[in-house]
Amino acid sequence: MSFFLRFARNYGALLGLGILLLVVAVAALAPLLFPVSPWQSVGDPFLAPSEDPSYPLGTDMLGRDIAAGLAYGARVSLLVGVVSTAVAVVIGVTLGALAGFYGGRTDDLLMRFTEFFQTIPAFAMAVVLVAIFSPNIVSITLAIAVVSWPPVARLVRAEFLSLRSREFVQAAIVVGQTGPRIILTQILPNAISPIIVTASLMVATAILTESSLSFLGLGDRNMMSWGFMIGAARTMLREAWWMSVFPGVAILLTVLAINLIGEGLNDAMNPHLRGRKG
Amino acid sequence: MKILEFAVQRLSKAILVVIGVVILNFLLIHMAPGDPASVLAGEAGSGDAKFIEQLRAQFGLDQPLYWQLWTYLKGVLTGDLGYSYRNQVPVTTLILERLPATLLLTGCAFIFSLVLGIVLGVLAAYRRGSITDSAVMTGALVFYATPLFWVALMAVLVFSIHLDWLPPFDMETIGADMTGWERVLDIAHHLILPTVTLGLFFTAIYTRLTRASMLEVMGLDFVKTARAKGVPKARIIRRHVLRNAILPIFTFASMQAGQLVGGAVLTETVFSWPGIGRLMFDALMQRDYPVLLGVFLVTAIVVVIVNLVTDLLYRVVDPRIEAAG
Repeated sequence: MSFFLRFARNYGALLGLGILLLVVAVAALAPLLFPVSPWQSVGDPFLAPSEDPSYPLGTDMLGRDIAAGLAYGARVSLLVGVVSTAVAVVIGVTLGALAGFYGGRTDDLLMRFTEFFQTIPAFAMAVVLVAIFSPNIVSITLAIAVVSWPPVARLVRAEFLSLRSREFVQAAIVVGQTGPRIILTQILPNAISPIIVTASLMVATAILTESSLSFLGLGDRNMMSWGFMIGAARTMLREAWWMSVFPGVAILLTVLAINLIGEGLNDAMNPHLRGRKG
Repeated sequence: MKILEFAVQRLSKAILVVIGVVILNFLLIHMAPGDPASVLAGEAGSGDAKFIEQLRAQFGLDQPLYWQLWTYLKGVLTGDLGYSYRNQVPVTTLILERLPATLLLTGCAFIFSLVLGIVLGVLAAYRRGSITDSAVMTGALVFYATPLFWVALMAVLVFSIHLDWLPPFDMETIGADMTGWERVLDIAHHLILPTVTLGLFFTAIYTRLTRASMLEVMGLDFVKTARAKGVPKARIIRRHVLRNAILPIFTFASMQAGQLVGGAVLTETVFSWPGIGRLMFDALMQRDYPVLLGVFLVTAIVVVIVNLVTDLLYRVVDPRIEAAG
């Protein structure tokens, strides 16, 4: 059965894909759907959801449209999630591949380094990095990448360790291919499916981390984000529940969708594991 | 004897890791743009260069970086973490004042999530494919995707604002002056919301992990043998499967110790919990670097100790594991 058919048989994964496509569409079309900046006051402050039909999700304490905030916030979440994961995967794959392929001293050194990074509480580390290098979209993305690469490195190392002794790799060595070439053209393509699955789940975690950072006030001051909206709504919890409920639902749905897709990918790429998951 | 040797070996490795963390954090924080002395001087309403110089000398910031690092490390080894720039109180005092609150919160959240996660995971595996299984796994999926701080706010909205069952912030009723059991109960009452909100995310992880681990063991031959012998299903689950499935859960749980502390930063902020998570955040915002470094040091020590204890327990629980890991 083809990969896509296997993926499509998983209803959860299809649901996730549907939600994610919707979020991507809203993020892409945000300037068309909401031509006015999400920072701009448009209506009366504290309009409850259904009170004024032009602001279906209500307005905040400055009369800013919550729906517009959600649409623009989707851009930040997706951008940070994808880019930080990409950076983390590059770091993790490089270190993991070197450690797993060359073994010995290199392996020892790189794995010590990785373990060391895992001892530091990831979120606290991200908070410090962002605060120190002043909160903006670049420092947030890099900070999340810096705290999330170790699991990738460990995974890639394990894959490389087991693949290195396979016959096709031995053959490549005998033929005289160089180390980097074997890593890139022989082993990496065979290790790609677990990397993709892990990366997809990491995007979800990165979105959660970004929202937590901006909730604490460590978001980019020029970009509306879901975490920031909830953080700003915190003191208004009693007066205006909708200010914090809707952005939270947006985060929940997006992260849930990505997790479902990740699991679907996992099942579709490793069909022999299906029976185990029940 | 072997286990003692192993403990010593691991302990020395742990100390090296902690020292590494201290050095890394120290360098990182001193790379930061913005000089704490000028921030403090600015807040005191004076941009006077002489005053800033004086502050820098007072904090030792005028020394070369390697010298500052050396002084700091020497201090750490003798238990002296320096003085807070802000309150002129020894950092050790500040941290020791706040640490019990965080240990209470994270400890309770850890036990709560581990117990609930294992119970739900076993239940889901036992009734695999049933409605119970789907309900538990859907719940786990949802809480795995929910931001911790948002769960906290929603819990306050429902249980404090609408139902008025639980207090929305602080660790005890301010000014109530309670003693003995009354105070314990009061703190427990304040503890419920933070513990549950911090624990739910981890409960979701442990539930999924327990179920997967249980199902994997349930497919092994010795379980088939037990079933063929006619051992009752509940007994198989309890005595044969769970005992073998629980080890990877403990390993994973100990690795999560650090993440729990990270989560505590958020929980403590939402619930005004007087712990080191909030201390760290405030110190960061005020550029009070000695406090920040101190909190990081203490966190690293706690995480390393938890890992060490798990490693040792592991070998006690499962004698098959060689002590020379």
